[in-house]
Amino acid sequence: MAWEIVVGIESHTQLLTRSKMFSGAANAFGAAPNTQASAVDIALPGTLPVANLAAIEHAIRFGLAVQGRISARSVFARKNYFYPDLPKGYQISQYEIPIVQGGTVRFFVDKAEKSIRLTRAHLEEDAGKSLHENFTDLSGIDLNRAGTPLLEIVTEPELRGAKEAVAYARALHALVVWIGICDGNMQEGSFRCDANVSVRKIGDEELGTRCEIKNLNSFRFMEQAIEFEARRQIEILQDGGSIEQQTRLYDADRNETRPMRSKEDAQDYRYFPDPDLLPLVITEADIERIGASMPELPEQKRKRYAEKFDLPAYDVSLLTESREKANYFEQSLAAGFAAVTPKLAANWLNGEIASKMNDENLAFAALPVSPEGFAKLLSRVQDGTISQKAAKDVLTEMWAGQRDPDSVIAAKGLKQISDSGAIEKIVDEVLAANAKQVEDYRAGKEKAFNSLVGQVMKRSQGKANPAQVNETMRRKLAG
Amino acid sequence: MSLTPDQLRRIALLARIEVSDAEQRGVTERLNAVLGLIDQLQAVDTRGIEPMSHPLDGRLPVRQRLRADEVTEADRREAYQKGAPAAEKGLYLVPKVIE
Repeated sequence: MAWEIVVGIESHTQLLTRSKMFSGAANAFGAAPNTQASAVDIALPGTLPVANLAAIEHAIRFGLAVQGRISARSVFARKNYFYPDLPKGYQISQYEIPIVQGGTVRFFVDKAEKSIRLTRAHLEEDAGKSLHENFTDLSGIDLNRAGTPLLEIVTEPELRGAKEAVAYARALHALVVWIGICDGNMQEGSFRCDANVSVRKIGDEELGTRCEIKNLNSFRFMEQAIEFEARRQIEILQDGGSIEQQTRLYDADRNETRPMRSKEDAQDYRYFPDPDLLPLVITEADIERIGASMPELPEQKRKRYAEKFDLPAYDVSLLTESREKANYFEQSLAAGFAAVTPKLAANWLNGEIASKMNDENLAFAALPVSPEGFAKLLSRVQDGTISQKAAKDVLTEMWAGQRDPDSVIAAKGLKQISDSGAIEKIVDEVLAANAKQVEDYRAGKEKAFNSLVGQVMKRSQGKANPAQVNETMRRKLAG
Repeated sequence: MSLTPDQLRRIALLARIEVSDAEQRGVTERLNAVLGLIDQLQAVDTRGIEPMSHPLDGRLPVRQRLRADEVTEADRREAYQKGAPAAEKGLYLVPKVIE
């Protein structure tokens, strides 16, 4: 029996603002407990919410970036439930009319481009935090996070499988960081996802009963959780059982999901329009003004790079992973080294630089090598001054703080030997000293050739121009 | 429409309001009177009328007032926690609740 896994994702994106959604308290991470919880945030009687313009503008930016419809009139509603970290007894959210409706996010799975439709994106405030450690029969409540502006972004249930869901979530994460509405810090909870997972037999029209996995704060956990949950559901159905609609939690230590609450005690949030807040009106002029402040979007950049630089789609998708990376790429091409081709720069950025950054968990903002220095280094590869291999050593030195690749090349004696007379001399020496391998090669053993080239490289201390060595060797052996 | 005892218990639970057995009848009667008013409202023909979400919605040339994104509130934790039943290490303390 073949099964299809159907996933919808809800993402809670913390909006990058100085102050909270409905109060003037600071919206910074990591402050001492309750020092950023104002009278509004702790729900003292008589306080009233006043919405943050920047949060609303961020939501509009998102709507524009995904080509959704920005509601001319949207409504804040109260979502009522009781929990100690929600002092008002309700969360201000949007229900019937969200600020953004529809939209599309494009992403790549195994180098193939896909897209997913969004249902909606709505503004809401976050709750506080309950802390259970350090207390025996008590919970400690920190309301610093209460009132933090969130944009909840909801997809249609149209993602197929864990891999696709994660690829979407990564692309969404990159997008909200790109347009500057979220800092993207998942350890600090700035971007958290819930996954709605159901399974059905391939060919079935109707969706299966879904379970919602809450609070996935890493892409790896998201993939594992969806995979586990889908397997769990398939096993139940294969044994003739049925799925109970549930909210579940993922336990990373055990790699399993387990029920949090089931449908019987499902919440009835009794939404109603918040009488403290008038409907939110957004005019065409507002949208136009915000649109004018938007950066070039990843998709627009991808299109431009593919056309202007004639780069493969996959290279382009890697270059546009982040705005910082794309900017670095553009700055290195604009640094005044005409020999540096887009393809060469792309290969190095997506290869050597990416792997070094990965090793050290660095962001582009913290990259120790400037785009100009990087371009100069590449130009030295392009004009034959150094080999690709030597360039990697130079890059390592530059990473450690050296600015000018030329002085590293001079200091380490990495300049490549491209003088044909000198190369010919070494090749002759190697051929004379290895009669057996020359014979082997002539008898058809290609391996012998590589060994001879290797010896030339060794004798030249790795400095001989490899292309020239190959060419000279072939010529001599043929002669 | 009138409330069943089960419905009454359910909405009392959702609202976290304790309704004792002795109070049940009286509360049900009073809520049923409110529901009667709602029935009257429901009977009005509202076809073609845009729903409002606020008494001032569309009635006045006013937009929701918005706030510039600035931090205007200082830390007043100490003052606020004086009014709390229990606080420790900057945290408000409540009976243990784990979901």
